[in-house]
Amino acid sequence: MSGARPIKMSYTPDQVMFAGFSDSTKLLRGENLSDDIRIQVKNFNAYYGEKHALKNINIEIPRNRIAAMIGPSGCGKSTFLRSINRMNDLIDNFHIDGEMMIDGKNVYDRDIDVTKLRRNTGMVFQKPNPFPKSIFENVAYGLRINKMHKSQKELEEKVEKSLIEAGLWEEVKDDLDKSAFELSGGQQQRLCIARALVIKPEIILMDEPTASLDPISTAKIEELIQVLKSEYTIVIVTHNMQQAARVADRTAFFMLGEIIEYDVTSKMFTKPDKKMTEDYITGRFG
Amino acid sequence: MERHFDEELNNLKRNILKMASLVDESIDKAIRALVERKEELALEVENQDSAIDMLEIEIDMLCLDLLARRQPIAIDLRFIASVMKINSDLERIGDLAANIGHKTQILLKYPLLKPLIDIPKMGDLIRGMLKDSITALVEKNSELARNITTRDTLVDDLYVQVFREVLTHMMEDNENIKTGIELILVAKHLERMADHITNVAEDIVYMVEGKTIKHKFEE
Repeated sequence: MSGARPIKMSYTPDQVMFAGFSDSTKLLRGENLSDDIRIQVKNFNAYYGEKHALKNINIEIPRNRIAAMIGPSGCGKSTFLRSINRMNDLIDNFHIDGEMMIDGKNVYDRDIDVTKLRRNTGMVFQKPNPFPKSIFENVAYGLRINKMHKSQKELEEKVEKSLIEAGLWEEVKDDLDKSAFELSGGQQQRLCIARALVIKPEIILMDEPTASLDPISTAKIEELIQVLKSEYTIVIVTHNMQQAARVADRTAFFMLGEIIEYDVTSKMFTKPDKKMTEDYITGRFG
Repeated sequence: MERHFDEELNNLKRNILKMASLVDESIDKAIRALVERKEELALEVENQDSAIDMLEIEIDMLCLDLLARRQPIAIDLRFIASVMKINSDLERIGDLAANIGHKTQILLKYPLLKPLIDIPKMGDLIRGMLKDSITALVEKNSELARNITTRDTLVDDLYVQVFREVLTHMMEDNENIKTGIELILVAKHLERMADHITNVAEDIVYMVEGKTIKHKFEE
């Protein structure tokens, strides 16, 4: 007879009922998701001069989760991302009100050390922007200027560790002295991620990190993002709705400076609450 | 390249195996309750059904979630689509087992109409088919799945046999009609289970080979 095997019964019905429900099923059952909140945004408004760019934003981003920001061009998603580590401070006439809390502390408080804030929130941009230096020096740079190593050996170890974390080590370990510009676009982007990781941030902000990459490099970055969430809290802005669907745990839909809807990604992409979200993600406008 | 998606697919597979395992347990308990005349087992089967129902919903949600977020294609798509259908067939089998549990509680109030020989045989055949279909799913073995579909007629034949035999008892003495009808319904439920497992096996062939074998479609 065929290869029939007895099925092992190593659980009870109770375990099946109460263990391992997905977030979507929990929501369906009216349960609360017990998340540890890392970034909490309360009544947050941002203005470029007269232009009201972000309107009364209220969201919470849990620790060790990936939150994606989607929406049409000019909807405020990048402004939001750059408000988290105060990158917008550099723009004339930019001002805000409301609270942007990281671990319970408002990053716009007067006593905040902005340099420390930005060290704590690594950033990856749309276009890979390696320094005109060797692969090794690109990653080592942050350690050197922050004096985060005691010996050359420690420096080398930390660079190697970050390159491994960014999934690039195997491809570059024999070419560490080569110029970063000799790498492909996808490799350069992973180098930039390694450069962000080396100084041990707690939050990683990504502004369209795969917009300039081919599909294979994009897939590699997406896999990497999912691995990184066990260590970091990640906020990603993306034009690509499917990318948000694939990688994010939470998704926020922005429109004309407002958050129309923010929810667990699987809920947003199966049963959004708002008609406007549904129209946007199904390609009916935008 | 190792995909994060594969871990999600494995999680789905673990859940559908759990489902099959619970359903198998229900069938086993339902038949033992009837044959060994144990009311507590019959009650257990009825109670266990809500666990199966919850798991059905969870698996549905997981499938919808993967379809929406991953936009699967090829084998990934066939796997998820098949799991959705298998899930619904397994849940129906669970319901039928619960119904047998319910009927057993009625039957236990009366003396045995006849020694139960064919019904346990049907149960063994069905559990064998279910176990093989799970093996076929795990091992992506379409040959084994095709073999399962041929065994449905054995269960059908046993049902016809039970029907004829019980009918004779009812004709002999109309006092036997109450228990006779319940017994025929039990056998009918078992026969329906085999139909559902046949559907499961057909879905597995579709998943592995991409071929539709139901309704003699590709013959």
